[in-house]
Amino acid sequence: MALGKLFRTTAFKLALVYSLVFAAAAWIVVANVARNVRQVLEDQIAETVDADIRGLVDLYAQGGVRRVMEAVERRVKNPGSDIYLVTTFNGDPIVGNIAALPPAALDQSGLVETPYERPGDKAAVRRAMLRIYTMPGGFRLLVGQDIEEREKLRRVMGRSLTSSLGWLILIGAVGGLFVARRVLMRVDAMSDTSRSIMAGDLSRRLPTDGSGDELDRLAGNLNAMLGRIEALMKGVKEVSDNIAHDLRTPLTRLRNKAEAALSGASAPDEQRSALQEVIAESDELIRIFDALLLIARAESGAGPLMERLDAAAVARDVGELYDVSAEEQGGRLTVAVDDRLFVRANRELLAQALSNLVDNALKHGVAVPDGAPDLALEARREGRRIRLVVSDRGPGVPPEDRARVLERFVRLEQSRSQPGSGLGLSLVAAIARLLGGELKLEDNAPGLRAVLDLPAADDPTQSAMR
Amino acid sequence: MSGMRLLIIEDDAEAATYLVKAFREQGHIADHATDGVDGYARAEAGDYDVLIVDRMLPKLDGLSLISSLRAQNVETPALILSALGQVDDRVKGLRAGGDDYLPKPYAFSELLARVEVLSRRRNAGAAEQTVYRIADLELDRLSHKLTRAGKEIPLQPREFRLLEYLMRNAGKVVTRTMLLEHVWDYHFDPQTNVIDVHISRLRSKIDKGQDTPLLHTIRGAGYMIRDGAR
Repeated sequence: MALGKLFRTTAFKLALVYSLVFAAAAWIVVANVARNVRQVLEDQIAETVDADIRGLVDLYAQGGVRRVMEAVERRVKNPGSDIYLVTTFNGDPIVGNIAALPPAALDQSGLVETPYERPGDKAAVRRAMLRIYTMPGGFRLLVGQDIEEREKLRRVMGRSLTSSLGWLILIGAVGGLFVARRVLMRVDAMSDTSRSIMAGDLSRRLPTDGSGDELDRLAGNLNAMLGRIEALMKGVKEVSDNIAHDLRTPLTRLRNKAEAALSGASAPDEQRSALQEVIAESDELIRIFDALLLIARAESGAGPLMERLDAAAVARDVGELYDVSAEEQGGRLTVAVDDRLFVRANRELLAQALSNLVDNALKHGVAVPDGAPDLALEARREGRRIRLVVSDRGPGVPPEDRARVLERFVRLEQSRSQPGSGLGLSLVAAIARLLGGELKLEDNAPGLRAVLDLPAADDPTQSAMR
Repeated sequence: MSGMRLLIIEDDAEAATYLVKAFREQGHIADHATDGVDGYARAEAGDYDVLIVDRMLPKLDGLSLISSLRAQNVETPALILSALGQVDDRVKGLRAGGDDYLPKPYAFSELLARVEVLSRRRNAGAAEQTVYRIADLELDRLSHKLTRAGKEIPLQPREFRLLEYLMRNAGKVVTRTMLLEHVWDYHFDPQTNVIDVHISRLRSKIDKGQDTPLLHTIRGAGYMIRDGAR
């Protein structure tokens, strides 16, 4: 079963194809070399044989057949000599070191390869390469070289080549199998983990070995994706939990007021005011839903149209909108805004974010209940960033709570008595992210400094002039 | 006070019935069309003061309806009602030729105030006047001077814009969101009572020490500037 899966893997198929292609190439190279070597050897034998024949023919010219036969007789006495045979015109051997020869061999011309037998060694049929020369008078002179050794070598080489090719294919296939198996095991582990993740365990992660190879990088990226999904899921779950929980309170109030209005005992005036409160409560609910919707849209990145605009103008507008509120509470809102602070933003969203921050400072940024707010709204450029800062001199937010108050519906203990939904800062943080920046909460010693940190959008005409 | 002729183009029967009834109680004449094509035909043929157009309608959507009317030179003011309350949707609505935009859910008082301000018939000439007068209060739009009973009252620029908007719509309710829209040009919900604070500042300037207050708070709706004696 596992083997079947192995054979189906791409890695194994590739390994097999590669080892086959390599074996074929190796075979072609070796065969080519063998053919060339054989050709060279044959040419060498022909040359030697021809030179031998020429020498013997010279002897014949000097002293006739007798001289030739003497020379042959002398030569065949040397062990390991070449092959010689002199026959009569009808093929009967006179002198030489060939015991037997296929009869047809004598009638051929040119270089002939043929089996033969040596005298005294009848059992062994050997192979030779020889040439027949017919001398004047019908005597035939046969000169050749034994090629049995060469043939043996050729057979050994052929056998070893064949077995090498076999090994090559086998090792290649096994190597491929090993590699495929290794990869397959990791892929299987990944796929097992993803199945358990799909089954609902979002906290699981794919195994990584830190090698930094393709599979490791893939697993790393998938893990990062899972982390993002888990965070989003957690966010969604928290939000739905919080909505269920936080909407219960206003809904209960709404219901109580409607019941109070219905109860027969109350006077028409009371009924009227109860109904007005019912409307006010439902308006508050709508406001919460609008804020949640805007946060959700900002977080999904599906924001409204953005344009290049001067954040300084928006900051001044918001300052102008709220300064009287601070004065009304016996305090002040100091506005210090530099000129020409261009950002890519949506005017409405930016104004809403800033007014949420100021609103938050007005509500929570006073040292004692009913104290006078001392707020500052500043806007300036710092390098490539535009910083819009709203600071107060109130109790501030403890460092450990700063990340938490940006979450939806989170309200600190000290501010529970104040009106609010716990969505104001979450909305600002969501808008900041949508605009490519972030909301930072810092210590104003004492008080809170809320910094809306946005990337600056440079003036295209100015950068063109530079 | 003569009533307005209104055309409500809304496919939700319950909402439409409620609106028709509520506008009639206010002394206006309200007709109702249930789909875009019917609404277009009536708006083109009838002499209405204001059209109230739901954005999502069967057969012909609200934005297409309004841009078709504008293409036919029907300039009846149109207020768009929409369940899409996002920033971009307002821009799209106004670009299509709508004159005002109100996201659902809305308070009837808000809708009423906006429709009354939009109405051509009741607005006739007001915008062109260079001097607005309410009782002994006089606002000169050219010299940016405000006098009450002949005595000059200094105003800051935003107070001037606030009062100018109130006086242009004298006798009509203007809501807090309308003030934020027209004086500050923002459409978000400021959550706190910022507008109320601005109004109370303005009120202390024009009404303080006077026998007849002119700037009135309309409970549950907004503000109105009118001659109290009338």
